[in-house]
Amino acid sequence: MDREHVSIRGATGVDLEVPIAGPGSRSYAFVIDWHIRVLVALAWLAAAMLIVNGGLAWRPVSGKSGAAWAFLVVLPAIAIYVLYHPVLEIFMRGQTPGKRMAGVRIVTRDGGIPGMGAILIRNVFRLIDSLPAFYVVGLVTTFISAQRLRIGDMAAGTLLVTDEHPTAKIFDGVGAVDAHADADLITTDLAAQILERWPTLAVEKRATIARSLLTRSGGADGADRLPRSDEELKAALMSLARGSNAT
Amino acid sequence: MTGSRATNAWINSRAPAWRTLAETIARLQRQTTASLDEAMAVVDAYGNLARDLAGARRLAPGTRVALGLEALYMQLHAVLHRSPRGGLSAAIALLRDEVPAITRELAPRILWMVGLMAASAGAGWWLITTFPALISLIASEEMIEHVETGSLWTDGIINITPSAVLSVHILSNNIVVSLFAVCAGLLFGLGTFYLIGLNGLMLGALFAFVNQHGLALKLFSFIIAHGLVELSVICIAGAIGMAVGDSLVRPTHATRRESFQHCVMRVAPLLAVCAILLIGSGFIEGFVSPDPTFPLLSRVTIGVSYWVLMFLALGGWAFKADVATPAAQASLHP
Repeated sequence: MDREHVSIRGATGVDLEVPIAGPGSRSYAFVIDWHIRVLVALAWLAAAMLIVNGGLAWRPVSGKSGAAWAFLVVLPAIAIYVLYHPVLEIFMRGQTPGKRMAGVRIVTRDGGIPGMGAILIRNVFRLIDSLPAFYVVGLVTTFISAQRLRIGDMAAGTLLVTDEHPTAKIFDGVGAVDAHADADLITTDLAAQILERWPTLAVEKRATIARSLLTRSGGADGADRLPRSDEELKAALMSLARGSNAT
Repeated sequence: MTGSRATNAWINSRAPAWRTLAETIARLQRQTTASLDEAMAVVDAYGNLARDLAGARRLAPGTRVALGLEALYMQLHAVLHRSPRGGLSAAIALLRDEVPAITRELAPRILWMVGLMAASAGAGWWLITTFPALISLIASEEMIEHVETGSLWTDGIINITPSAVLSVHILSNNIVVSLFAVCAGLLFGLGTFYLIGLNGLMLGALFAFVNQHGLALKLFSFIIAHGLVELSVICIAGAIGMAVGDSLVRPTHATRRESFQHCVMRVAPLLAVCAILLIGSGFIEGFVSPDPTFPLLSRVTIGVSYWVLMFLALGGWAFKADVATPAAQASLHP
């Protein structure tokens, strides 16, 4: 096990090497989450002030109930700011919107989804991790600790790992290869990956990549017979992805 | 059949099962419970997926198939290792059995913390009685002016800040102080000792200062309704912090990190109860303590009653039912 990966033991004997999220991913996720929670809390504050006070005032106007001010304006805004991380991490199974955007997830040391207790403890220790300002303690510990852990992770027994986000779609193109084809699997897989990215690549770039792959799959002799137009290249790649000899 | 053909045929035959499994995992992640049949099916799928992953790693390393199976295996592993949600019955069992057990375990440390706070309060009292000028190190200019003019800084506070706002401010501050006392235990317990000592010192010093101006009873009257529970909870938080420090000084597991983690997870339920108790005392401090219409007897009654309630909660008596615990049942019916 190196510093950037954690080995998770499977009950079947097949283990996993999961990439650990570094300080950069952590900071990126935190900055996104911080903006979301501040904006939502401020939005609540402003909306509740308008409802309770009839205007944007930082104190209850005379004649208005202090309890209404506290329970409708102040308390929910504080709750949004303070409980954002624990509540979302519980309901999103170790993620928050920021963590999802940064492609990271909290897991237990054995790779499981952390329970409520672990998530609450992890968040309580933000008090120490955020000292003296801007999460300096947390950042320093993620730099020096073996598995990039902040103190909250050490207390709760959790890890922050990169999340590959697979969905049912990841196997969409898989299994479409002609079973009688001789094309090697890595080549067909590469062709499928290029096709997935086809719309996002510049025409010249994708043509270069496609020709390079088609040349490799067809051998040097086939280089003169390579298709020229963008549509022909795409069709040849589709054929290659199915396992047929493209050229 | 060549190697490529065999691999392609294998992938083609397994791909539909992987797609179905990916959908099943996505559904199970959303579900909070699963039937026995679902659980057994997932356990079977876990074994099959492990075999497929091992095959893909050997036959098609680095391809989408291998990477997809790695990710799927990780997700299924996480679903299978998810801790069960106990719901209300687990919460009640926690309050009835675990919290009292942790409290008993921490009792000697709680007494040490009470002793430390009392000794620090005594030191604070002596310090300000002997060197009255030192009060400027502890109290703000505004507080000193109030006391020197014969009134407490808390007088009329509800005319300035509404009780509800005051409560929210106080309870959030108290919870942060208590959590901080726990977290500060990370410095081998020294941070906790410092925090509890400082709180006691300030309390004793302020009492000595107001006593010099004949306002000690007034301050006592202000504090008694909320203070018994508030100070007790701070001492309990200190004891938890001391336990955290102890887990690092004298580790109970193979490494200090494991010992620290085990200790924190063990005391977490008590910490949660402390936070709830502080919410109650925050509301008393916002609504009762600064309100001059409450006579001293009412304040003492509220303070002592809430304190007794705290003992009932921490001892588990508030959650005792007529049902025997599994351990008791086992001992009754061996």
